[in-house]
Formats: sequence, C-alpha cells, structure tokens
Amino acid sequence: MADLKPRMPLESLLPMEASGVRVREVDLGALTLVMPYRERDAALSDALEAAQGLRWPEPGRMTGTTGRGILWFGRAQAMLIGMAPEGGLEDHAAVADQSDGWAVVEIEGDRAAEALARLTPVDLRPGVFEIRHTARTELGHMAASLTRTGKATYLVMVFRAFAHTLVHELGIALQGVAARGGR
Amino acid sequence: MRLPCPICGERDRREFYYAGHAVALERPQEGAGAEAWDYYVHNRDNPCGETRDLWFHESGCGAWIVVTRDTASHAVLGAVLAEEAAR
Ligand SMILES: [Zn+2]
Repeated sequence: MADLKPRMPLESLLPMEASGVRVREVDLGALTLVMPYRERDAALSDALEAAQGLRWPEPGRMTGTTGRGILWFGRAQAMLIGMAPEGGLEDHAAVADQSDGWAVVEIEGDRAAEALARLTPVDLRPGVFEIRHTARTELGHMAASLTRTGKATYLVMVFRAFAHTLVHELGIALQGVAARGGR
Repeated sequence: MRLPCPICGERDRREFYYAGHAVALERPQEGAGAEAWDYYVHNRDNPCGETRDLWFHESGCGAWIVVTRDTASHAVLGAVLAEEAAR
C-alpha cells in the first residue's frame, strides 16, 4: 500500500527572517468555512456556543484563539479553526471543509506591520487594527485574510495555490524594510 | 479614494470592483414595455453632482454596496448594502 505523507504548503519555503521580522508557517489544523443561511445567524451562533463555547464573531473580529477559534471571513462567512464542526451547524448554514485549502503564515517582529503595509491597503496602525481584529483584503494582489494576533504578530492566510507567491511577496517586502534601515 | 463599506469600514478603492450606476437595483417589472427595458439596458444619466453607484467589495468582505458620491466635488457621501437598498 502506498505510504502517503502529508505535506504542508510552505514546508520547503519557510521560515525566513529579515530586519528582526520572522515569518513561519502555521498549521491551523481543521479549517471549516461556515456560511449562515438567511435569517439563521442567531440560531447558528447559539449552536456554536452550545457546541464550542464560542459565539459568531462580529465583522472584522475573531473569537477564541488561532489554536481554537472562529475567524470572521467576510460577509456572512466565518472560519472555524482547530475544531470539528459539531452541533448541527448544517441545520443553519452551509458548511465546507477547507483544511487543505489555505497556506498560513505568522509574521512577527517590531517591523512586521511595516512589511505588511507594503503589500496591503488595510490601515495597520496599532490603534486602528487592534489585537483580534481581522480583515479580508488583498496582499500583493492575492485575496487574503489578515489578522492581528499579538502586539507585533499577524496571521496571514492565502489560497494554497498562492503559497510560493506569498513567500515571494513577503520576501520582497522584508527586503524593502531592511533597505530602509532602522527607524 | 476610500469607500465606506458598511461591513468593513473605510477601505481603499483598489479592494473594490466598480459596476456603474445602481440601475441594476431598479429592474423593470415583468411585462414592462419595451421603452422601460430600452431605458434600463441602454440609457444612463451622466449627472454633475450626486450619483449612486454599485461597487463590489471584491477583495474585502464580498458585499455589493451602493455608494453615493458627488461627481463634481469627488466627495464620497455614504454607502449602504445593496441587499438593503434593494428591499
Ligand atoms: Zn466590505
């Protein structure tokens, strides 16, 4: 019988580091996209709270953590991270397993926002984009999900097919930050 | 140019796809005459001043929104979700 080995999207490409900014791949485990049916938002949030102890996030926010949480993922969409989609969610929403669909990195360092600002139009100033804030946006022309997970830590998700492009774009952004020297 | 997405807040124009005047929300009723359909399909106003356009928050939240803006001053005056504007 064939011995199939799982491969992470970025395992041969990361980690990398420049200007004190570190980029590493993150394994979020199970990823489930949940899209509530019309007028079922409240019932869905109740079902999630009963099954997972977490409520549906407000737009642009995350509930829980990136180890086990619910990430707002667009209009009437959220991504369950690190949990099985239990509790009869499919009674209230379209539910899709996307565990293998995303390349995910964590970017960490005092100048991480400076690097990301070269790639995305989102306002990343600390008082505007706070910890646990999340945005769907573009990152160097790729559709992306961007979340601030710590004081100087960000989680970036792009479609798995863009794994190499993501690393390429981040590499150029880090080089740009390095070329500007220290602040 | 920044557009006030009702879901995401103020966001850069490059995240949006532009779909022209919000006429698509005023589709003629079934049985409307040829004149109404001709106007709906082909004719557009070209206002100097306030106008309502459809934009798709394509690389943001994925909502269609109706943005009111002023073509003379370039001021962006507001936005609502298209699903609400269409009700
Ligand atoms: Zn939006």
